[in-house]
Amino acid sequence: MREAYHFLPDATVGNAGNGCKSAPAFPVPERPDTSHIDMAVELAGVHLKNPVAVASGTFGFGREYGEFFDLSQLGAICCKGLTLHSREGNPPPRIAETPMGILNSVGLQNPGVDAFIAGELPFLRQYDVKVIANISGNTPEEYGIMCGKLSEAGVDMIEVNISCPNVKAGGLAYGTRPDLAAEVTREAKRHSSVPVMVKLSPNVTDITEIAKAVAGAGADALSLINTLRGMRIDVNTRRPILKMNTGGLSGPAVLPVAVRMVWEVSNAVDLPILGMGGVSTGEDAAQLMLAGASAVAVGTALFDDPYTPLKVRDGLAELAARQGLDRLRTLTGGVRPW
Amino acid sequence: MAVQQICTVVEMTQLDASTWWMVLEVGKLVKRHGLTGGQFLHIKCGDSRLLRRPISVARTQWDEPEDTAALIFEVRGEGTRWLSQRRGGDKLDVLGPLGNGFNVSDGSRYLLVGGGIGVPPLMEYGESPKWSKVAVLGFRTKNKAFPAIVSRFEEHCEQTYLCTDDGTLGRHGFVDGQVRDILAKGHSFTDILACGPKPMLKSVAAVAAEFGVPCQVSMEERMACGIGACLGCAIRMKDGTMRHVCKDGPVFHAEEVDWDA
Repeated sequence: MREAYHFLPDATVGNAGNGCKSAPAFPVPERPDTSHIDMAVELAGVHLKNPVAVASGTFGFGREYGEFFDLSQLGAICCKGLTLHSREGNPPPRIAETPMGILNSVGLQNPGVDAFIAGELPFLRQYDVKVIANISGNTPEEYGIMCGKLSEAGVDMIEVNISCPNVKAGGLAYGTRPDLAAEVTREAKRHSSVPVMVKLSPNVTDITEIAKAVAGAGADALSLINTLRGMRIDVNTRRPILKMNTGGLSGPAVLPVAVRMVWEVSNAVDLPILGMGGVSTGEDAAQLMLAGASAVAVGTALFDDPYTPLKVRDGLAELAARQGLDRLRTLTGGVRPW
Repeated sequence: MAVQQICTVVEMTQLDASTWWMVLEVGKLVKRHGLTGGQFLHIKCGDSRLLRRPISVARTQWDEPEDTAALIFEVRGEGTRWLSQRRGGDKLDVLGPLGNGFNVSDGSRYLLVGGGIGVPPLMEYGESPKWSKVAVLGFRTKNKAFPAIVSRFEEHCEQTYLCTDDGTLGRHGFVDGQVRDILAKGHSFTDILACGPKPMLKSVAAVAAEFGVPCQVSMEERMACGIGACLGCAIRMKDGTMRHVCKDGPVFHAEEVDWDA
């Protein structure tokens, strides 16, 4: 199945989305042999066969993209964000295209944690892939309850989304205050028997403050970055495109922000990092790993090309082969800052 | 099941300043994957835009060496402008078949109601010999009622009624007035199949409900993944749930849609 996408006449590994349809103007370098590269990585003690995951909210529960490729080819799947009870999400429009990115305001539409466990987890379990459940709560207690249920159901890891509003604290996002982020982390850890990874919001002045607070509260891993708050306005109607006015920016436009934040956080705390934000090629993923990520997630680039995660995986393998690396994990933290 | 397919443009016809008729070679998407009119193809429109553009299929054809699909689209922004600049021989990166199309059965009788660029997705239903049909086609003005499209309905439907908003062709007024007159005369239809702007669909749905005729409507919403994973293209149903134009639609039963959302 490694060759899943090579039926396409123009499949160019490591160039997901570059759209090169005609004969290239320059000779394409021969693809190096990657069979000897050890692609496996560890994320908080969880073994991933390769470092490429898919990001929460871009992949549903795997059924749709599972029609395009075998989900067992992925390192991990971060599932669509769950809440304790089902949610219908925000009114449309929920999507706005921006320069090399998109804004979304889906609003955590999901069937609820119980429906996930009953109806979606068994499907995912057919595949040899690590399943990471993503959760959001209105109160620390809700996070705790969900962690208990998901641990018992046997997910491999729980990703805690702290970018949602804290109902008790007047709607202030957990992810923007170290004390609130730590409180949620402690509650999640107390009820989990699987590793807890906290997903950090980039919409803060200093992301390392939150990272340190979360690390101090016992998190096993960090994932970053969540989307950046943004807005787009139709100049003719003078209305924002999104019905919620603002939304979260993702896509290639945010990659440099993600690389910078992964680098800052990896220097500030001693926790494994799942890096994400704008990854669409193997080299993008390698940047995040060099900045300090142990694994990477592909998200928005899926909408451009469903095969992006596989192309990123193969692009990473080829980059390792070209650089004479035997183990991909040696990329992690390898940046040489000036 | 949707696949990724490199398609070749075999024909580009400009209907007016902003409207194009594109014929694509689509591999075996029709024969093997069941692509039909009313579904859509999710087309990558150049390298500088991240999202594909969902383009409705007007008609499909079994063919050799490849099946073909006709897409009739309007230039609405950068993506569709790029698409309008393609020429015969150009290759497109396409996902499809996507969406459901209208639910039809042989031997039925359908009232096809289209408005503007919502007319082409009805074309295959208007041309099929498998059922009888009457068409009501609405346009802003006479220049927008392209003979290349309208004539297909006129040739194959029992009756084709034309309406224009400004009265320059056919009946002066919106399609729902014509639909009301037809239903009031006691003609019976299995279903109304409607495609067009949301206000039009809403008023056609209201007339259909009044006369107790089942009505299927093809909806639009801003879309990202096109396959049901990202939950971007949500529309609200009467029961409060959200459904998704790309995977659950684009065709919905009119009585299930929350028209006041």
